[in-house]
Amino acid sequence: MKQTPSQTVGPFYSLGLTRKPTNLLAFDTTQGERIRIEGYVFDGDGKTVPDAMVEIWQANAYGRYNHPDDKQEKPLDPNFLGWGRSGTDKTGGFSFETVKPGAVPGPDASVQAPHINVTVFARGMLVHAYTRIYFGDEPANETDPVLSSIKDRSRRQTLIAAREEKNGKLVYRFDIRLQGENETVFFDV
Amino acid sequence: MKFQEYNARDWKSHPPYHFEAYASSIKRAPLKRLVKIKQTLSEITGPLFGPEAVQPGDADLTRNAGTEGEAMGERVIIVGRVLDEDERPVPNTLIEIWQANAAGRYQHEVDQHRAPLDPHFVGAGRCMTNEKGEYRFLTVKPGPYPWLNHPNAWRPSHIHLSLFGPSFVTRLVTQFFFPGDPLIPMDPILNSVPTKSGRQRLIASYAHEVTEPEWALGYRFDVVLRGRQQTPFEK
Repeated sequence: MKQTPSQTVGPFYSLGLTRKPTNLLAFDTTQGERIRIEGYVFDGDGKTVPDAMVEIWQANAYGRYNHPDDKQEKPLDPNFLGWGRSGTDKTGGFSFETVKPGAVPGPDASVQAPHINVTVFARGMLVHAYTRIYFGDEPANETDPVLSSIKDRSRRQTLIAAREEKNGKLVYRFDIRLQGENETVFFDV
Repeated sequence: MKFQEYNARDWKSHPPYHFEAYASSIKRAPLKRLVKIKQTLSEITGPLFGPEAVQPGDADLTRNAGTEGEAMGERVIIVGRVLDEDERPVPNTLIEIWQANAAGRYQHEVDQHRAPLDPHFVGAGRCMTNEKGEYRFLTVKPGPYPWLNHPNAWRPSHIHLSLFGPSFVTRLVTQFFFPGDPLIPMDPILNSVPTKSGRQRLIASYAHEVTEPEWALGYRFDVVLRGRQQTPFEK
């Protein structure tokens, strides 16, 4: 059987997908370092996109995914699903409250640097795009197999969120550029 | 670690990012070559939702507005199966849908089409597939509505669907259309699908066996998500 073709989420996706907030992944009881991810989605003219939607999927603070195919002997956190969704607001901004994920295994016995898996949807995007958020203050980025597979080193920077501190909160800033000179690296995966 | 990978995205089935006739795609399409990566634990896992993700009544859009009233319009029953490329059912996966009302208007502040809103219709629903991958919604047939893509542009009646499947890479957002709609051949969003057979697969079929006497017409729309490569045979 052939895959059902993808179509855009359109301009009214919030009706079906974001009426209830789903961008809070971490609670008081969740294990790990609390972080906030925030950023904007930009189009090819550098204009912000007010009708985009970002979803994230990540391991818990120990580096374990809440999924039966993750058979690592690391602890699960009953207070952490690891998934979230944020529509962009009128300014094109999105945000998540979560914890920093632990490292997870990569191909051929390698270790992947802590990262968050991202899908991007928007009116005008006929197919969602896959990307990743890495953490700017993480030395393991240097040896990450996925970052290293991006041949143009300068483009790797598009996946690195900058660490900021705002009102005592740890914030990682991650902008998504759908098109243009600094287009975010999107994956075929 | 060894994984059973999922099949690649079939780019003969999916639209390209950039499709000139769909104006909004022009500035929002990634244009650089996608970076091909191997699937890792990050991709073969993904969010799984439990039964608590769906409340009773969520799949009945004619009555889920919380007003006690019933939506106006032509009632329709939508059924289908969620399968993978090897025709295996995808059980217990969340389906979210959203749509315009019978007059062709979304209950959304951005929609200013001069058509009535229906206080008894939100236009959103959700359900989980059962063990056989089956789902069912009761709703009203959405009306066509104008948009600004090109002169006298109208979207054919359609319902949006969002599905997860078992992994991060089986995610799919799509929409389906109703058979016989004269607007279908003119729709740039549907026409972005590169093959005729692909476009055909986004059109639901009328299902008389689903139609309920004195009540509502039935339509069938099956969804096929990315399949998974078989476990390597070991002696």
